[in-house]
Amino acid sequence: MTGSVDEFSLYVLDIVMNSVRAGASKIDVKLFEDGEYLTFTVTDNGCGMTKEQVEKLTDPFFTTRKTRAVGLGVPFLKMLSEQTGGSLAIQSISDEDSKTDHGTTLKAVFGRNHIDFLPMGNLPETLISLIQGSPEIDFTFYHRLSGGGEVRLSCAELKQVLGDQVSLADFEILSWIRGYLDEAYEEANL
Amino acid sequence: MKSIEELMAIKEKMQSKVSLRNSDAGELRVVVGMATCGIAAGARPVLNAFVEGVNEAGLSDKVMVTQTGCIGICQYEPVVEVYEEGKDKITYVKMTADKAKEVIERHLKGGKPIAEYTIGAATK
Repeated sequence: MTGSVDEFSLYVLDIVMNSVRAGASKIDVKLFEDGEYLTFTVTDNGCGMTKEQVEKLTDPFFTTRKTRAVGLGVPFLKMLSEQTGGSLAIQSISDEDSKTDHGTTLKAVFGRNHIDFLPMGNLPETLISLIQGSPEIDFTFYHRLSGGGEVRLSCAELKQVLGDQVSLADFEILSWIRGYLDEAYEEANL
Repeated sequence: MKSIEELMAIKEKMQSKVSLRNSDAGELRVVVGMATCGIAAGARPVLNAFVEGVNEAGLSDKVMVTQTGCIGICQYEPVVEVYEEGKDKITYVKMTADKAKEVIERHLKGGKPIAEYTIGAATK
């Protein structure tokens, strides 16, 4: 993003917000650290994009929004991936093309040890922001760290425990999720 | 480790609270811009400062914190709008977590918008 954005977790937030705005009810976020690479995958069941929209997606002067004339999220992510020796690919099926199987998968690979790569930053805060903004969405999060440790979160599972009356966006629930994630990262980093 | 039992205990506590909530819920709405422009300018800590601060100030029943996309004034991000029924919308610009705490205290709690943080002051 801009020079002031110095953590990868903000890119994660920005890119996952695209899935939120695509009207997805399920969003899977995966971070997989393997050797010198980090693979970031977001899969959603949102409205998807046409072939033409996907082709234009990495063009910063293409956007579907009405409030400003540029779309910057994906071009910034692509730039970061290419700068670090990785790549970015997007597959999408538009809801115009399929009523049942529409959605988008974005997969970006980064060189973790490259000098231009960023610190991971505060991933729990990114997840909390997403859940606070869209408690109705079933986010699934999986992060495999380089040392083999794993962090998982499934909003669908939490909702099964909580039932219909309690929202994931309630402060007490968000606090529990934050505590859970902080502890899971502590354990995964051991 | 945070346990499911703990989560269930929170659920029980909250369900009993739901029935006690007064009718003021959502009287004030705080909307934080969370598009690329907002996130790049620092919207995430601003959002979290509002979420935590509103709860700490005991305003959860009165104030609802929500998110929106780009509202078209990217140069002023992070942008926060405060909606109150029967009053003009207040647009705060170039927000920080510290300014958010002040807005909670002086505007959301005290009822007095902070003019110097608004878009009107920024465009003078």
